[in-house]
Formats: sequence, structure tokens, C-alpha cells
Amino acid sequence: MSDQKEATLGTPAVDFETERPTESGAFLSVRDLRVHFKTDDGVVKAVDGISFEVARGRILGIVGESGSGKSVTSQAILGLHKGSNAQVSGEIWFDGRELVAASEADMRKLRGSEMAMIFQDPLSSLHPFYKVGSQIAEAYLVHNHVSRREARRVSVEMLDRVGIPNPDSRYDDFPHQFSGGMRQRAMIAMALVCSPKLLIADEPTTALDVTVQAQILELMKGLAKEFNSAIILITHDLGVVAETCEDVVVMYGGQCVEKGPVDDLFYRPEMAYTWGLLGSMPRLDRTRQARLTPIPGTPPSLIQVPRGCVFNPRCRFTERVPGNRCVTEHPDLLVTAAGHEVRCHIPGPERRQIFTDEILPTL
Amino acid sequence: MTQPTDLAQPTAAEVAGPGALLTVENLTKHFPIKHGLLIQRQVGAVRAVDGVSFSLNAGETLGLVGESGCGKTTAGRAITRLLEPTSGRIVFDGVDITKLSRSQMRPRRRDIQMIFQDPYSSLNPRHTIGTIVGAPFHIQGAKTERGIKAEVQALLERVGLNPEHYNRYPHEFSGGQRQRIGVARAVALRPKLIVCDEPVSALDVSIQAQVVNLLEDLQSEFDLAYIFVAHDLSVVRHIADRVTVMYLGKVMELTDRDTLYSAPMHPYTHALMSAVPVPDPRKENRRQRILLTGDLPSPINPPSGCVFHTRCPKFREILGDTEREQCTTVVPLVEAKADGHFVACHFPEVRADIAAAEDEGISVAETSAAAMAPTTADQRSAPPLDTGSADSGATT
Repeated sequence: MSDQKEATLGTPAVDFETERPTESGAFLSVRDLRVHFKTDDGVVKAVDGISFEVARGRILGIVGESGSGKSVTSQAILGLHKGSNAQVSGEIWFDGRELVAASEADMRKLRGSEMAMIFQDPLSSLHPFYKVGSQIAEAYLVHNHVSRREARRVSVEMLDRVGIPNPDSRYDDFPHQFSGGMRQRAMIAMALVCSPKLLIADEPTTALDVTVQAQILELMKGLAKEFNSAIILITHDLGVVAETCEDVVVMYGGQCVEKGPVDDLFYRPEMAYTWGLLGSMPRLDRTRQARLTPIPGTPPSLIQVPRGCVFNPRCRFTERVPGNRCVTEHPDLLVTAAGHEVRCHIPGPERRQIFTDEILPTL
Repeated sequence: MTQPTDLAQPTAAEVAGPGALLTVENLTKHFPIKHGLLIQRQVGAVRAVDGVSFSLNAGETLGLVGESGCGKTTAGRAITRLLEPTSGRIVFDGVDITKLSRSQMRPRRRDIQMIFQDPYSSLNPRHTIGTIVGAPFHIQGAKTERGIKAEVQALLERVGLNPEHYNRYPHEFSGGQRQRIGVARAVALRPKLIVCDEPVSALDVSIQAQVVNLLEDLQSEFDLAYIFVAHDLSVVRHIADRVTVMYLGKVMELTDRDTLYSAPMHPYTHALMSAVPVPDPRKENRRQRILLTGDLPSPINPPSGCVFHTRCPKFREILGDTEREQCTTVVPLVEAKADGHFVACHFPEVRADIAAAEDEGISVAETSAAAMAPTTADQRSAPPLDTGSADSGATT
């Protein structure tokens, strides 16, 4: 980490400006992913050209408002759009295999064993008719040739690992007998029972209280280390990102508008939307402000995405760009420092100046 | 330590002083659990709210915080008489409204309104927003100077909606806009008190700030009092003047906002505050977190003594056996441990390390942006704000 930061400071950032992001053979590599849905009202561009990478043992956060395409992205990685009316294009490389073109049968083999997902709402994701334990054991039985007794043993062990007291008797409980936090733990146990190499957690703590959220996040951080899994954490809470993630992708209107290591995002953000997000939340670690600074306007329609920069209707800085380019020309996602990419027409040095002079004092 | 036999809760007058708009004394709401097919007998009760007292002045905001299941929403609904309180007293504007009948209650409802959490289910999808926002005028038979339509359009404009959207339906609006419709409906009759039940929890951060600002503007414009029920401690810190922390139907801590956030005394408040993640990765790593183990106990059969003792980190790690016995057998009273600072704990303690921080300022080293632009590195000195995070370890 520190080496990387030295590099960031040492290299003049201007040179990066013309460079496109490079791709490496990372564990999970999503390249120019697009997910479009045809509807009666027009084509919904839920995800429109997003690229990112995750290495094993690292946690990537995807942040954005509702409707920014973060959940659709994760569903595309798991191949959950196959058989729907979604049009998926781009490439998803997972451990050397390409997933967008993969068949449903291939995806089935991967899902649950090599990649798993934790859903937002644990009550609706657990089947109310089946015992919690047997739902966990089912995932294990599908992917491993073992006896039911062995599957039960593994599941009980997993329930114990995620911190459920008396796992052996709790195995036979039904979902309604679990509290919200315990259901979420059971979901995590279900996702981890085959020790997946990739875990996608879609708003795993949004429905939970802060006290339980803290427990679950600790648990996930521990599991990333223990299983050496790659984790994608989808959330709208920047606090959760700061606490758990190492890299962050900020999504807006189906596009990635900024991405980089967590420190860059929080201490050196360069995109007006990221500034807006940081500025609009009341914070316990700062003096109480007399007034919050919201981002004006509302998130864009994904059917009629604004021309030019997606964020331009809500951006305070469009006049800083000559020639009305924010409205006429779609900005590219360009490297601004090592590993830090930004989609904005304002030149890098000027952005950083705006951040230090105008944004930082208000945060 | 007094024995809990007579449960000498502080009277609401003690808590807020005279002239309060709303006083709630020893409010309880128990939901009976019945068994039996033909002859139903009560076998127990969910003690959702169990002896809550507080008061509220005109134009003031009281935050009610706690985990889900702590009874904060039930308390809010009992105050508006959407639920019948089991016992206790609710005095609103000088009148005891606890036992008023529906018809007696109706004219007073124009003074007590509510904003709900879910902007999707709290608006009738078959009504236009003109009908929805105009309904309070029709129901209360309120006289308007310019006619109801003009009044509604003025309201829509006031909450930041286009008055020409009078004839649109709720599904044509986004979540934030729908919540604005809910706000317009609540303020339509210029009430004195609005119970806001998690009004911004369902909204995105950027929209949340818009609605919070709107609520604050309306408060100063119409001199509204809010009871702000929320689980988000940072939002409550922003909007509330005083805060009540609830746990399992009981008040744990009640004091003004600055005291609560700079010098919290109850171990539960400590745990809640330390669990809120802050958007600052380095601070996050440095921060000490108090993890509560286990889940909320059942309100059907709450723990003896202090209801929090089963999860209390202090009980588990610090207290000795005799002290523990007190926690498990004696119900702690809500007592003033400092001026205007009410705490229900046998062994409260100010923990400044948990307190919400005042600005440290971001050091320039932390933003390499400053290094990139060396000309006018805006060196932001930490404001000389006294953190006030009391080293006065006020313990009893």
C-alpha cells in the first residue's frame, strides 16, 4: 500500500491524464460491461460500460444511489440475467474464464461453489418452509458428493463460524425463528459453505441496526482474510466503505464516475458527485453543521441518460469547463494517479485545486 | 441506590420544565398475547413501550433513537393515539389526550400530524397528489382563504414540488419527491407537533439531505415541534435538540444533543455511537469499537434488573460480582446524573473516547492534492472548538 502511495506522490499526475486504464490478469476482471433492458418506454441502460478488477483477499466497494446500476452489475457477474430480457455485453473474466458468453449450465456449476452472493433482505431470501440449516446444507450437497450427515456437519460448523450460538439446535430452526441479524448471518453461512473464491454482498447490512451491522462487517473482514476470497461489497453508505473496503468504485447513472483505492476516494476525491456524496451526509466525526449540503436535483432516468456527462444536470462546476463540453461531450474515465480514475472534463490539477480550496473546507 | 418498588420515574415536568407542548408520563404500550380458541385468555404481553417519560417544548425537536424493536415507533404512534396506550398520561397543549374518544380526538388531530417512513406505502396510489395533500382540509373542514386547490398548490411549491403536478399520481414521483408530498400533507393544517417516523431512512444520502433541510426550514417557518424517530445517530445529531435513547421499551438516556454526543454516559449509548461507521478510513482504523454481542432480548420476557445487562459490555468485563448483582436484580431508574442529563444505569460513566468528534481538520499531509497544487494549499487549521467532551467522569 505505502509503496503505491509513494508512487502516487512522486509521479506528476498530468502524464496520466491521456492514459487509458490498463487491464491485468486479475482474479475477477469486468471489462466494459453493459446491461440494457428493453422496455415499452425505451431501453433502460442500467449498466453502461463499467470496468473494474478485484484480487483475491481484497474487498471492493461499489457505491451509488438507488438506480445507479450497482446491483445489476453484481447480478451480471453471477449470470443472473441469463434468460431474462437483458442484453449483456462486455467481458467478465473470472479466474481465467469468461462469463458473459458462458452457458447457464456452466454458470450453475460456478454459482454457489466458486462465487456466492449475500442478498440485502435476508427474510425474503430464505425460504420460509425449509429449516435454515437444510437450506445451507443444500448448497453444499449440490456441489459436493457427500452424505447428508456430512453436509449437516459442515453446515453446523459454518453456523458456528458466523457466530450463531447453539448451532446444532439452531440448524433445525425455521427462518422466522431467527432475528434479523441472525438471518443475515445464516445468509452469510449459506454463501460461504463451499468456500467461494468470490463473494458478492449486495447491501448486506442495510436492513440491520448499526450494532448488528458492526458485527457483520467485522465478520466479513475476517472471512476475506481467512478464506482469501475476493469480496465485492455493494452499499450506499460511505461509512461502511471506509470501514471495510480497500478499493472503491463510485457509480452514477449506470456508469463508473470515479474509482480508486479507498484513501484516494476519501482524502483526494476528484469527481463532483463523490464530493457531493461526502458533503451531503451528516457525520459523527465532525462538528455539527448548521445545514446539510444536499446534491440538488434527482438521479437521472436510465432511459434518457443526460447527454454529455451523466452528472451534468446536478453538477455545480459545469461552467468551469469551456465550450459547454459537459453537456455535449461524454467524458472518458481517465487515470489521474496510480489506480485512481476519474470521469470529468475539468483538468486534473484544477479539480484538485477545487477540492482543496472549495470542497475540503466544507466537509 | 433507591429501591425500585415505587418506580419513581422522573415526572415529565422535571424533565423539561413547565410550559411544555407535550408531556408524556410513564407511557406503556403492551400488546397482549392470547391463547385459546373460543375463550381467549391472555398469557403474556409484548412490552413494546414500558414506562417512557419525556416532554417537548413548542418548536423543539426530540430525537428517539434505538435499535429496531426498542419501541421507538410504538411510542410515536401511541403519542398520536394511532395506538391506544396501555397506561400512562399524554398531555398535549394542556389537555390530557390519553383517554379522549375518537370524536373528541378528531379536532385535535389538526395539531398533531405524522410523517411516515415509507414514502411508497404511505400515499394512496389511486389518489392524485392534489387529493392527498388536500385531504386534511376536507377532513377537518378547514377554512381556506383562497380555496383548497390554491392552498395545496402553495404547499406543493413550499416543499419544492411543481404546483402544476397537482393532478399527478404518486407513482409518477421519485422516493424523495414522494416524501416531500408526505411532508406537505403533514404541514397542511399548520400543526404544532409532527411525529416523524424514520422520515429519511428510505432515501438516498443526497436526497436525505434535501428532506432534512426542508424539515428544518418548515420548523422555523411554522414553529413546529418534531418527535424524530430514527435509528441513524448522525441524522439525529443533526436535527434534534434533545435525544432520548431507548432500549427494549425503556429510556436509557435522555439529554440535550450536545451533551449526549460529547459526553454519553450509558453503556448502551456508547455501543450505539461506536458502531456508527464514519466516512474516513484512517479514523475508522483507529477507532475503538464496542461490539455488542447477541441480539435484542425478547420484549415478552425482558431481562430482570437492568434490561440491558445481558448485552452490556461493562457488566461483562468491568463490574465485580456485587455490582453485577445490583444490575441483575435492581431496575435502574431514569435519574439525573448531571444537570439535565438523565441516565438509567447503576454505573454510568462519561466516555469521551466514544464521543462524536469535533473537527480535527484534515491535515494537509492527508491530501496529496495539496502537494500537487503547492501554490495555495489551503491549510485548514483545526477550529478552536472546545470538544467539551468532559473529563468530568460523573459517576454515581
